[in-house]
Amino acid sequence: MPSLKSLKNRITSVKSTQKITKAMKMVAAAKLRRAQEAAEAARPYSERMAAVMASLASKVSVGPESPRLLAGTGKDQVHLLVICSSERGLAGGFNSNIAKLARRTMEELLGQGKTVKLLFVGKKARAPFARTHKELIIDTVDMSHIKNVAFADAKAVAEDVVARFEAGEFDVAHLFFSTFRSALNQEPTRLQIIPAALPAGDAAGTDASVEYEPGEEAILADLLPKNLAVQVFRALLENAASEQGSRMTAMDNATRNAGDMINKLTITYNRTRQAAITKELIEIISGAEAL
Amino acid sequence: MAELLDFELVSPERRLARAKVAMVVMPGTEGDFGVLPGHAPMMSTIRPGAIHIHETDGGPATQRFFIDGGFAEVTETGLTILAEQATPVAEIDVAAVATQLAAARSAGDEAAVARLEAMQAAATN
Repeated sequence: MPSLKSLKNRITSVKSTQKITKAMKMVAAAKLRRAQEAAEAARPYSERMAAVMASLASKVSVGPESPRLLAGTGKDQVHLLVICSSERGLAGGFNSNIAKLARRTMEELLGQGKTVKLLFVGKKARAPFARTHKELIIDTVDMSHIKNVAFADAKAVAEDVVARFEAGEFDVAHLFFSTFRSALNQEPTRLQIIPAALPAGDAAGTDASVEYEPGEEAILADLLPKNLAVQVFRALLENAASEQGSRMTAMDNATRNAGDMINKLTITYNRTRQAAITKELIEIISGAEAL
Repeated sequence: MAELLDFELVSPERRLARAKVAMVVMPGTEGDFGVLPGHAPMMSTIRPGAIHIHETDGGPATQRFFIDGGFAEVTETGLTILAEQATPVAEIDVAAVATQLAAARSAGDEAAVARLEAMQAAATN
């Protein structure tokens, strides 16, 4: 039986833990709302961009002269995995879910004899790979100083990826992030970004008479890197919302668990206290009787 | 002409403007052009420069934005401009642009020089 003093200490410590998790939950809830608003605000642009890309895709046939971002290098030997995670832990399974999906993909590719390179945006998913596949990591983009993701941040990442592609460092690139479905449900997602997977052109018939200035090809070449930046930006926004949602849920559970634990410990504490009092009484009474 | 144009200016971060306007003039890659209601569908890239929004038919430009390159899409229903970065011309800090321009010139950064020159031109016009 633990002593009264140690029980009391434990209750105090669990209580202060509960206070922290509760505060973290509320902070996450507030940040989640902001992240969701940011994702919402970014939607018109990415939707228009996707629509434009789709209508262009129906016009342009992919050939050897097409921009390389669209047509690829013609090989698929070297794969780059761009893995977006958060900079902070304590977010439930958020980071490990992304890392798990990325690892599965990586092992699949390695099993097929491909070369894999890893690029991390945010350091949290890096650790599990740094232990096992350190030699594959080419870079880690530090996002810890960024509070709210701006388009410029995404653009910098995208430009880095494009520069590496143009230098011939890889043939195919995938983006890993977590899609935000709800505060309770986030889904790790894999998206191929290079060569660009164009949405099937269903807009073909409707805007057949659209004029392009300059030509379709030139516009496409101009838009492809932009589209890449938009995709990275979207991934980062989704990630931000997912992270906060995941943290909120995790901290809510932690707060509840702490509450349960406090209840249990309080019961044990009261029982122990009562037992000690009873014992003392018995000692006094039997002492008096013996006289 | 009572008909108005559905105009939207969106940046990756948010929608900056949405209005019904009479005419929008923008600097296309192959020359400036204006869009009026009923314009034939087209798509064009935009070079860095100012877009002028005329809210009333035949009236003066009521709003001006400096756009750091982008993309315009004209459909049957309206005009959408996708801009990576857009600043109301009134908010451009002319002095800051001038110092940045001088810095870019001395650094030999030609892309930045072109961009800042366009910005200066938009602010002083």
